Amino acid sequence: MMSLAREGSQGGRELHVLAVDDSSVDLAVIARLLRSSKHRVTTVDSGKRALELLDLEPNVNMIITDYWMPEMTGYDLLKKIKESSTLKEIPVVIMSSENVPNRISRCLEEGAEDFLLKPVRPSDVSRVCSRVM
Amino acid sequence: MAATALKEQLNGLVNSMFAEGLLDEQFQQLQMLQDGSNPGFVAEVVTLFCEDSERILADLTKLMDQAVVDYSKVDAYVHQLKGSSSSVGTQNVKLACIQFRQFCEENNQEGCMRALNVVKHEYYHLRSKFETMLQLENRIQAYETKQQN
Repeated sequence: MMSLAREGSQGGRELHVLAVDDSSVDLAVIARLLRSSKHRVTTVDSGKRALELLDLEPNVNMIITDYWMPEMTGYDLLKKIKESSTLKEIPVVIMSSENVPNRISRCLEEGAEDFLLKPVRPSDVSRVCSRVM
Repeated sequence: MAATALKEQLNGLVNSMFAEGLLDEQFQQLQMLQDGSNPGFVAEVVTLFCEDSERILADLTKLMDQAVVDYSKVDAYVHQLKGSSSSVGTQNVKLACIQFRQFCEENNQEGCMRALNVVKHEYYHLRSKFETMLQLENRIQAYETKQQN
């Protein structure tokens, strides 16, 4: 189930974004990028924790996840979300530091909303958030 | 004013780091994300990067000390360090990691040992500059807080 974005305090749409990355550096950067655009951000460091959180807190408007994580990749997480009747409508954006065409097409075919190359830019964040809003 | 002099010193240091190739435009992106609502953002990211890097370099040293080197594990760690250095804009560390990965692909032990030393050299050089940078930022912050009170 996908919740509606909330009206932000300055009239814009505020999304609740779940950011998933095993790199604390990348998590801090993506969280700041999203918060500077006035979105609410929850951060977790693994796909497993992301799924645990989504079980408790389904009011997430978008998930942005690193591709390459130990134990559960961003692709595995994407698959699990798209297989879930309660979570499948949540847009999932994948991030990766590597430009691997097969990887990108596999994720998009599995239903990823977008695939961003790291380092992620403010314009990337604006683009994906605008589509979701 | 002391704060102005410190700010000039800080700008001079950061500019020299760009000129030397230690930092690239991604670091400028991080600087642009720092504002009044998040004045410690750059310091936070730099600190996380240094903690991560030192952990990874310690793990890499152990792996390279093994009698039989597991190059896929070494490569995984170097990939991590390359990723975080790219996200912070620490150009020389990133470039050194790219070289290192090439040696990993070739399973070239001597090349990997040399590359590890280069990465360490670049990182520790950068770290000392970052330490000075953060000290200057803290002093500026302390002056500005004192002036507001």
